[in-house]
Amino acid sequence: MTDLTKLTISQATTGLKNKDFSAVELTTSYINQMEKTDNLNAYITKTTDNALSQAKIADNNIASGNMRPMEGMPIAHKDLLCTKGVKTTAGSKMLDNFTPDYESTVSQKLAESGCISLGKLNLDQFAMGSNGQSSFYGGTKNPWGNDLVAGGSSSGSACAVSARSAIASTGTDTGGSIRQPSAFCGVAGIRPTYGRCSRWGVVAYASSLDQVGPIGKDVRDCAIMLSNMSGHDEKDSTSANIPVPDFEAVLTGDVKGLKIGIPKEYYIDDMPQEIAKIWDNGKKMLVEAGAEIVDVSLPHTKYALPAYYIIACAEASSNLSRYDGVRYGHRVSGKELDEMYELTRSEGFGEEVKRRILMGTYVLSAGFYDAYYIKAQKVRRLVANDFKKAFESVDALLTPITPSPAFKIGENQEDPVKMYLNDVFSVTLNMAGLPGMSVPVGLSDSGLPLGLQIIGKAFDEETVLKASYALEKQAKFDATPNI
Amino acid sequence: MSFSNDDVKKVAKLSRIRIDDKQLEQYTNDIQKVLGFMEQLNELNTDNVEPMANPLDGVQVLRNDEIKDGGYPETIVNNATDDTMNFFTVPKVVE
Repeated sequence: MTDLTKLTISQATTGLKNKDFSAVELTTSYINQMEKTDNLNAYITKTTDNALSQAKIADNNIASGNMRPMEGMPIAHKDLLCTKGVKTTAGSKMLDNFTPDYESTVSQKLAESGCISLGKLNLDQFAMGSNGQSSFYGGTKNPWGNDLVAGGSSSGSACAVSARSAIASTGTDTGGSIRQPSAFCGVAGIRPTYGRCSRWGVVAYASSLDQVGPIGKDVRDCAIMLSNMSGHDEKDSTSANIPVPDFEAVLTGDVKGLKIGIPKEYYIDDMPQEIAKIWDNGKKMLVEAGAEIVDVSLPHTKYALPAYYIIACAEASSNLSRYDGVRYGHRVSGKELDEMYELTRSEGFGEEVKRRILMGTYVLSAGFYDAYYIKAQKVRRLVANDFKKAFESVDALLTPITPSPAFKIGENQEDPVKMYLNDVFSVTLNMAGLPGMSVPVGLSDSGLPLGLQIIGKAFDEETVLKASYALEKQAKFDATPNI
Repeated sequence: MSFSNDDVKKVAKLSRIRIDDKQLEQYTNDIQKVLGFMEQLNELNTDNVEPMANPLDGVQVLRNDEIKDGGYPETIVNNATDDTMNFFTVPKVVE
């Protein structure tokens, strides 16, 4: 029998339907692969026993003809999604002892669609980071090279799909945390429109920017995952009350007449030759598939990144004030209440988390609120208006997603600004709440995967997926890591 | 704008995060760098631009205020390090 972990969701579903193999066999293959690739540190918590009992239920459902849309698919969740009875850490010591008594809406929906959870995936602490190294449980390694970062913050989510230790995964994307690690690990990932998926039960980082989304082996798997995790939830008042399309249905490969914008401001200074080249190749691929390329301008692009860090840190400082050692999470005792708070928070949070809380508190504090926070919110409007205007003349945008392939563990770490610059192509759409997808399209000079990004209008994931699928078909990216 | 060790101490106090004196310099330098990066925004004229709080842009969804959940205090306090009789406990604050 072929290695079952090499199958996509659509192939594995066909295999189960045709009784070529059982759900227990499929899940067992993934559990074996989890063990084999354990050195990558993709998982924080493994729930393999539970996965096997779920697989038995899946086999019963298949036998009795009650197959659900994602019956028997062994996935895994970013450890930012609360899972009932399963430890949920956010990659932080602060939540090392936290076992929720409730299930996030997204993981619940996927379970109801028939998915099996293999466990909880590693991440940058509280989803803050672009290298997957700030986890209390150790850094995630890239399957393409053990000395390379997997990207972040959804490091384990991209790593596991690339290493075939999960068929697909959930991630979250506040400033690029689905798309950047997907690009670094050579897999596909989509950040949906703000409001497409419920954020209920997802540990909050920056609530006006956070969104849950899938990472998969290909665009089709992401479309299937997205269809099964989206939808209105009365427990999240920002989740959109609009119908969820069948995202897989738009994957025709035909993008005839589709207008794809190329924003000139994404030609940043010092853009590496190989990134410019892959972007150029992407344009040719889409033209080949029938799309029309149109030059557009997003004049405030440069200001999105500094404005993003002001807003994200401000919201984080507010959101993370809940970790006080009283109701849940880590606690260090103190003689008085304030001492307990201070010791708890200084021991429970990692360095980057503390830095962002301090910066966020600063930009929200009296005397600086207008100069930083309100200013950033105004710039956010300008960035969003740029997109609105561009989308008057185009259907989607094609841009790079990362300024480099996966970098070495330890690189960029001495200077926070240098690390933040990794997000230059990804944060813009978070500011406007738009959907964007990263698709692997080629290899760098050093043989590492490079991705490109398709950005779409709000709630038009269909066009994003359609264009991404055309890109994927043209690129014929079939390189795999040597694991 | 210059950001000093005293500023770090002040926001650390506001955030209830204790910073060792040894680490103070590092935090000051790092935050100073990031704030410098953020100050690029001053190049932009944003007079007459309405601040944008989130992508939904002011759309607020209302629901009826009714009890739909609850009645299980044991479960709620289950994740607390210190609790007694279904209450969360903290160091004594009133003499």
